[in-house]
Amino acid sequence: MRVSRAIVLPLMFLLFLHLIVLVAGFVTPYNAATQFREDPFAPPSRVHFFDVNGRFHLRPFVYDWTSGVEFAKYVEDRNRAFPIRFFVTGNAYSVAGLFRWNLHLFGVDEPAHLFLLGSDGYGRDQFSRFLFGGQISLFAGLLAAFLSLSLGLLLGAAAGYHGGALDAALMRTTEIFAALPWLYLLLALRAVLPLGFDPAPTFLLIIAVIGIVGWSRPARLVRGIVLSAKEHNYVLAARGFGATELYLLRRHVLPQTRGVVLTQATILIPQYILAEVTLSFLGLGVAEPMASWGNMLSALQQYSILTSYWWMIVPGFLLVPIFLSYYILARSFESRVESSSY
Amino acid sequence: MRDLIKALLGKLVVLMCFPGMLVLAASGTEEFLVANSEPGASGGKLVVAERSEPKTLNPVTALDGPSRDVIRRMTADLIRINRNTQRTEAALAKSWTVSPDKRTYTLKLRRGIRFSDGHTFDASDVVFSFQVYLDEKVHSVQRDLLMIDGKPLIVTKLDPYTVRFDLPKAYAAAERLFDSIAMLPRHLLEIPYKEGKLASAWGLDVAADQIAGLGPFRLKEYVAGQRMVLERNPYYWKIDSKRTRLPYLQQIVYIFVPSEDAQVLRFEVGETDILNRMSAENFSVLEKDQQVRGFKLFDLGPGLEYNFLLFNLNDDTAGRLPEIAGHEVWFRDQKFRQAVSTAIDRNAIVKLVYQGRAVSLASQVTPGNKLWRNDALPKPQYSLANARALLRTAGFRWRPDGTLIDAAGQPVSFSILVSASNAQRKQMATLIQADLKQLGITVQVVPMEFRAQLDRILQTHDYDAAIMALGSGDADPTAEMNVWLSTGSTHLWHLGQKQPATNWEAEIDRLMQAQESETDSQKRKREYDQVQEIVATQLPIICLVSPNILVGAKARLTNFEPAILDHYTLWNADELYWRP
Repeated sequence: MRVSRAIVLPLMFLLFLHLIVLVAGFVTPYNAATQFREDPFAPPSRVHFFDVNGRFHLRPFVYDWTSGVEFAKYVEDRNRAFPIRFFVTGNAYSVAGLFRWNLHLFGVDEPAHLFLLGSDGYGRDQFSRFLFGGQISLFAGLLAAFLSLSLGLLLGAAAGYHGGALDAALMRTTEIFAALPWLYLLLALRAVLPLGFDPAPTFLLIIAVIGIVGWSRPARLVRGIVLSAKEHNYVLAARGFGATELYLLRRHVLPQTRGVVLTQATILIPQYILAEVTLSFLGLGVAEPMASWGNMLSALQQYSILTSYWWMIVPGFLLVPIFLSYYILARSFESRVESSSY
Repeated sequence: MRDLIKALLGKLVVLMCFPGMLVLAASGTEEFLVANSEPGASGGKLVVAERSEPKTLNPVTALDGPSRDVIRRMTADLIRINRNTQRTEAALAKSWTVSPDKRTYTLKLRRGIRFSDGHTFDASDVVFSFQVYLDEKVHSVQRDLLMIDGKPLIVTKLDPYTVRFDLPKAYAAAERLFDSIAMLPRHLLEIPYKEGKLASAWGLDVAADQIAGLGPFRLKEYVAGQRMVLERNPYYWKIDSKRTRLPYLQQIVYIFVPSEDAQVLRFEVGETDILNRMSAENFSVLEKDQQVRGFKLFDLGPGLEYNFLLFNLNDDTAGRLPEIAGHEVWFRDQKFRQAVSTAIDRNAIVKLVYQGRAVSLASQVTPGNKLWRNDALPKPQYSLANARALLRTAGFRWRPDGTLIDAAGQPVSFSILVSASNAQRKQMATLIQADLKQLGITVQVVPMEFRAQLDRILQTHDYDAAIMALGSGDADPTAEMNVWLSTGSTHLWHLGQKQPATNWEAEIDRLMQAQESETDSQKRKREYDQVQEIVATQLPIICLVSPNILVGAKARLTNFEPAILDHYTLWNADELYWRP
């Protein structure tokens, strides 16, 4: 498969992002839940190369934020510089749940803190939370899309290939699923779950539900392609030569759906990331103190935070290039499918 | 001389506008209450944004905040609580006497005063009002307040301007009972009452001439979804020291907005004149442009609201909810509750959740309650070391990874319910979660729709812990009987007790009942002090913080005296005026 030039950049960006998020514990200076209660709503740390005397330092440094009586009003304490150190040891974290480590790419000495994207109302580092939150949000998107597509492929192919009563039954079911108000479904689901349920399995369950509910669209698309593919002359010919149904599906019919599945994946993944963001924004997704992109944005429901602390909205803006990359990919796959079908 | 003419002219204008008053002025029997606030200028309107539309204008059935806010402007009580002094003062009753056994109150009504439709008010309206409030079939909100030891008070009309109230027993806070018991017009409501339709009377569709009250304002119009306009009641029974009839304002206009943020925005741009409570964040946003925009903000200090962490101590969970019943073994341990209380960093809550505009609490009585707070109680001290020591003596231990386990080796983990729509309580829960993590306790914070949360706490008892807030409308401890009596309907941590479940609950019962009928106010204070002491040591609820009451108004609004007692801003709406 030739990779067109238009998708190189978004593809690289997404790969890089997923890699960084996967090793978030190493790249970030702090844990997502660590609260520095003396530093609520601290603005992003300013990284300096020149000190108060105007001398240049090759190693960048920060000053500590100090606040007076007034809440969340900070000034830099210029008396002491804290150089940014690389490969420092700090909080323990786990890498992809496989092993535990405590080496961080960078950090500063206490009592200063390095808040690249500022801190939230509990004094938690927004940069660390964004990357750790990515683990949840991106994973949610991938998992739910995988579930939707597998179900869609399976049931769509079955409906298209078999036809008849099975087709009718499955297609009516897709209509029912398409009409399900999933937000209310999740509300109801959250209400019946036991309270003591751990946040992690609760979240997996919610993602599974979103993924399963979303199978209807890919299923209908796959069905359409299978329906036309099975009537192609070479498929009929293969059947004439005595090919088994399974062989036909695997060798001739399903490969036809590749383009659609790929396109659907690039459409569904950001859609499901957004679903997670929406749910957590509404307080139905990942529970505090875990970070997710929706959780981070939910603080902005308060008007005063939006107007007083501009860095709190940065995670929202960071979502834009991510979604954009996915949509560029989707667009490019889509045009490829269109051109190949003529 | 010129002043006299001016005054006369002023009167004349008033007289011409309101022909009904002509008769009164001529008869000269109207016994006014003379307000001692600064005399002001009549005219102008006040615009207030409410978070939702009122549900009804019926004082008997109104439960929600906006309905009550509006109704309070249109009605008056016999005796009212001055929100500033927190003491009682004369209103529709000009004076009253109390019998030596403190069981009989005789109230003298003001003569010649009228409802907002011009109809006279006398003792038969009072008797009718209490008949309605006490009628079991009406299901009035006020009935519970008027029942003492399960018996109603008896209201007798002695003459058209004298009413006697007989209480079933001596009742210390009797005078305060009359506040918020709005007097109803018999001539308008007797027919619906006799037909059994009182609860549905005075809905939002009521015509302006079919509703009347004794408050400073009366209904002018209601446009569903947009606004409710109240106009000045021309028959109001208060005058100022210059003999100008109150209220000064011509209109109060209520508009409806969806959220606190919307209320704040409307106030910030000057579309509304008053902001009745706001969050600390919004306070600091608005604070910056007070001068430029011509409004003034008030931090009144802590109100009566107390936020607390509630542990489930109900005893009906065994068998039905095994997991919760298992957790309750910890919760019932006083040392466990004390350890949790000691491990909560209340100062962090004050700072991070309320930006310093709150105070930490040791018991349910806040520093805002000047008359009743037990000042001898020590401030809650945050100490992880003390919390660990308490847990150790209670038989808890720690695993090598820091997890707290009980004597049976079970890891300690529980969930905290919070209302999903309440940002502050969610923040408190997140802070407490981090605090208890230091003790090795895993806490799940479960945001939930408020009604679902209440249902679990009041009905099913299917919860471990919750963050809630209570705050009565009055400073007097009798207003809290329902919370502290072991049989009370708001005895949240353990509902439906037939006998007090613990010795200290029995002791609280005794003290609360004693103070209720104690007439020596110093003895009463000592008794309630003891209740606070028990609450602070037994910790049936772990009191956290009390937020400051933060309000705002246009700087030109004069006589504005916001108070920490409920209605906060408009309790003296009759005295407000616009400085020219």
